[in-house]
Amino acid sequence: MRALQTARLVEQVKHVYANVAPYRKKMQEKGVEPGDIVSIDDLWKLPFVNKDDLRDEYPYGYRAVPQEDCVRIQSTSGTTGRRIVAFYTQADIDLWDECCARAIVAVGGTKEDVVHVCYGYGLFTGGPGLNGGSHRVGSLTLPMSSGNTERQIQFMTDLEATILCCTPSYAAFLAEAIHEAGVIDKIKLKAGIFGAEAWSEEMRRDIEKNLRIKAYDIYGLTETSGPGVSFECEEQTGMHVNEDHFFAEIIDPDTGEVLPEGSKGEIVFTSLTKKGFPLLRYRTRDICVLSRGECSCGRTLVKMAKPMGRTDDMLIIRGVNVFPSQIETVLLNQGYPANYLIVLDRVRHTDIFEVQVEMTDEMFSDEVKFIEKKEDELLSALKSMLGISPSVKLVAPRTIARSEGKAIRVIDKRKI
Amino acid sequence: MILEQISVFVENRAGAVADITQTLAEAEIDIKALTLADTGDFGVLRLIVDAPKKALAVLKLAGSVASLTPVVLVSMGNEPGSVAKITRLLADAGISLEYIYAFVAREAGTAYAVLRMEDAAAGEAALSQVGYGGKVKL
Repeated sequence: MRALQTARLVEQVKHVYANVAPYRKKMQEKGVEPGDIVSIDDLWKLPFVNKDDLRDEYPYGYRAVPQEDCVRIQSTSGTTGRRIVAFYTQADIDLWDECCARAIVAVGGTKEDVVHVCYGYGLFTGGPGLNGGSHRVGSLTLPMSSGNTERQIQFMTDLEATILCCTPSYAAFLAEAIHEAGVIDKIKLKAGIFGAEAWSEEMRRDIEKNLRIKAYDIYGLTETSGPGVSFECEEQTGMHVNEDHFFAEIIDPDTGEVLPEGSKGEIVFTSLTKKGFPLLRYRTRDICVLSRGECSCGRTLVKMAKPMGRTDDMLIIRGVNVFPSQIETVLLNQGYPANYLIVLDRVRHTDIFEVQVEMTDEMFSDEVKFIEKKEDELLSALKSMLGISPSVKLVAPRTIARSEGKAIRVIDKRKI
Repeated sequence: MILEQISVFVENRAGAVADITQTLAEAEIDIKALTLADTGDFGVLRLIVDAPKKALAVLKLAGSVASLTPVVLVSMGNEPGSVAKITRLLADAGISLEYIYAFVAREAGTAYAVLRMEDAAAGEAALSQVGYGGKVKL
């Protein structure tokens, strides 16, 4: 494996240096040349790439092949100023499919299976990723996309789906709906692959019990390709990293220093094979641990634990990445004070997302319909910025604590 | 006659109305009429008081969001059909109501209506023409 990683890294560094001007500049500033990278052990010499770098170079800066060689884009959730567009060549799509196919095979999937994909399709990577993986395995693929629970259940029962792919919260929601509809005995599912948001072991047990399946985690991010960067096997004790394509390191988020195996730190990925949008040492901001022990499944790929938190203030709500600063931007644009509070909770496995905003003289009227109109305008502005809908709660002025120094903007009551 | 109603934002929490009316009580403001418009997540308290400007000042000082709105106050006498009569008159004059509330003063033996219209002056003029004008002493 290390020989393969070395050969791929050496090639990849040359490719990126030649074709990605902002990264070439970073290397030059650090005094590193492609010739300095002769082994995977030299990876630490390379500079990091951050979300901000990608944002600054939106949209083409980190694309490494001419447009004519790209066949697809995917993008992070609709967030002005924070949006990242990733480009894929056909080979990039193929290797992504391969990674997702491994995840499906790891949960027992074969060409006999019926894979029900109700991740969103479109710019979001969830649907396209698992869809491609299922095709690669040769399973019958149900490209359901998200929403319309009644139809989901109908297809699931009529076509006898055996593997379910969606966010864990949607899986929990579906389980409830299936029980309410009284059709649990018609469900043929045996396994589920659930990712794009954090979920607890309790939630896993609930989903497994209620859907009568085994529930597996999957990890990925648009910047590296999408789901399938790592996946769980039957042992359910962490996710095997597809490290022939994505090399994982754990670093100290403050110093950037690489930490020894087993240490808790920020997980950083290097794309060894992607050509369209090949990121070297991309900082995920996810806090994680890597371990390379023997796995009962027989796979020797390094395992990563479920991410344990973030090094930045990004929230993942119903599978969508949300930065508190985005909410602040909307409030300021709409003429509100930048004093707000995000309250998150998880009720019956579904994220409750409330934004508390202080009432102002400008927004107030003796007429309720006028206030409601303003509230609706704020809601639609938040929705178009974030890609998901919060609920807005108007509170009395000066009731949201203004703390000295760093204000408390988020109260997260979810037990993840 | 036209007078100023005070409108106050009411947060959706127990004690919100108590806090507002306590502030008014401490400033010795006399509430003549009061109505609460509520939605799922907030309310607007509308009051007719003896000293609206002072009420606005003390509420703002206490941290409330409040405003003054011109409304029309009419004395309707005390017979059935009064509300129907004045609202019909306004409709015939092409004036639409935003909201209305009414109260009775027992000693005076009369009922009063508070009417909120986009153009309070036009509303008042229309009502005065048919005998619902004049000063009202609360």
